[in-house]
Amino acid sequence: MGYDLDMKVWRGDASGGELVDFTVEVEEGEVVLDALHRIQATQAGDLAVRWNCKAGKCGSCSTEINGKPRLACMTRLSTFEEGETVTVTPLRAFPVVRDLVTDVSYNYKVAEKVPPFAPEPRPADGAYRMQQVDVERGQEFRKCIECFLCQTVCHVIRDHEENKPSFAGPRFFLRYAELEMHPLDTNDRRELAREQAGIGLCNITKCCTEVCPEGIKITDNAIIPMKERVADRSYDPVTWLGRKIFRRDQLPDAQVPRTPGD
Amino acid sequence: MAAPTGTQSPTRARITARSLRTDRWWVYPSFTALVLLAFVVYATYRAFVGEHYFIEPYLTPLYSPCVTTECVEGSAHLGTWVGDWWPLSPAVLILIIPLSLRLTCYYYRKAYYRSFWMSPPACAVAEPHRRYTGETRFPLILQNIHRYALYLALAYNVLLTYDAVMSFKSPEGEWGHMGLGSLILVVNAVLLGLYSLSCHSCRHIIGGRLRSFSKHPVRYRAWGMVSVLNGRHAQLAWASLVWVAFTDFYIWMVASGTWSDPRFF
Ligand code: SF4
Ligand code: SF4
Ligand code: FES
Ligand code: FES
Repeated sequence: MGYDLDMKVWRGDASGGELVDFTVEVEEGEVVLDALHRIQATQAGDLAVRWNCKAGKCGSCSTEINGKPRLACMTRLSTFEEGETVTVTPLRAFPVVRDLVTDVSYNYKVAEKVPPFAPEPRPADGAYRMQQVDVERGQEFRKCIECFLCQTVCHVIRDHEENKPSFAGPRFFLRYAELEMHPLDTNDRRELAREQAGIGLCNITKCCTEVCPEGIKITDNAIIPMKERVADRSYDPVTWLGRKIFRRDQLPDAQVPRTPGD
Repeated sequence: MAAPTGTQSPTRARITARSLRTDRWWVYPSFTALVLLAFVVYATYRAFVGEHYFIEPYLTPLYSPCVTTECVEGSAHLGTWVGDWWPLSPAVLILIIPLSLRLTCYYYRKAYYRSFWMSPPACAVAEPHRRYTGETRFPLILQNIHRYALYLALAYNVLLTYDAVMSFKSPEGEWGHMGLGSLILVVNAVLLGLYSLSCHSCRHIIGGRLRSFSKHPVRYRAWGMVSVLNGRHAQLAWASLVWVAFTDFYIWMVASGTWSDPRFF
């Protein structure tokens, strides 16, 4: 059974834009992305919207729907009250390209700075071995679809453009945590997490966890454990003393912060 | 005026609204602020009034352990070794421990950053501050030593457990007594114990800090258990807070003679 849905869709580019009203016929069971596609097909052929899989797995269709960062392809129209207007805007933490499309390249620059996986040398038989419990630990982090909804909602950069160069953001704290919890990895990223990734800027207010479509417990399982590791390394006088006495976990040279283009 | 930042930065989609959220996002921060304020007002009043905190065999958690010479007779289980130099009520001296735990607790940080500091008030609602340095500067950088507050609090929990056990003595000092107050004190000790054990720093220390779980099977199992509790940390934070206030209120009422403590045996 079809019905008419009132929508407001932001249209414009970096030079300006506005919320434009549309009324579009939709079917029960459809999602916001369907409605956007129908607008594109019937009323505004040049509406720019990014999408790919329509299955919540590619992370392309991230937008803000009624003010909340969400995947357009996974937001059912039945989530809204009857007669409610559905407002769709581009992600508000990144530069807008056109209409609903933003330039998310900030995230790729941050990704470049995470020191890569550095496994220990292979044992004599050439085979790395990992126990199941250690494999499972990082599994949650690998569910990330890189939709960057957590990045756009994070007030550290959403509300403070000037923090971008010094902050990696929740998606990349996942990456730091995953590598730090990898038994074969030899890098020590704790100092980098503090210095370069700016984990101290996060005030664990948990919005990243609230919006993650994969349900990853970003704050509890990645950010807080990383903050605790950073505390071990930089703030805890007892572990600091232990390190001085036993001269353990010194940062190897290979971990001088890399900058993009290195 | 300085250049606009945040969602009003020049490269971002030009939308002036601070938030386009249509749900009642202000409910959580307002409610949290109200409950926290209510607790602070209540606890401050009770901590400074300095009376009706002890009646055999019950000592309210707000005054335990009572260690200055000002403590009423029988309430100083650990002795009054602090002496008489402490000018304020004995509660103030000891409340520093639970206060430092809760102030630096990862959950309460979320709660008060959102409710009081509005940083941010709710997700995707712009915060009112122009500048933001998170927890990188003094004093907030001190949040990093939360674990020391935890160690102190764990010791403090032992004392509260002791108080709960002592409440099974009758006012005459005989074992085998149990009143409603004993039950309330036991629940109080259990809730506070679970709150501390479910702490994120505790989870880290127990096993989270390991790179390899398989090399430390015992710590891995302990980590698994603490992780289960940790998933309930926020609920335990609230439950233990409310229960401490309730325990104190109950003992206040009994000690002031407003009502009497029903005795089970
Ligand atoms: S918890 Fe930290 S990283 Fe996540 S949204 Fe909040 S400030 Fe950003
Ligand atoms: S962590 Fe979640 S919200 Fe963030 S990019 Fe990955 S899937 Fe998206
Ligand atoms: S289109 Fe792939 S996640 Fe929505
Ligand atoms: S007590 Fe809440 S995180 Fe430690």
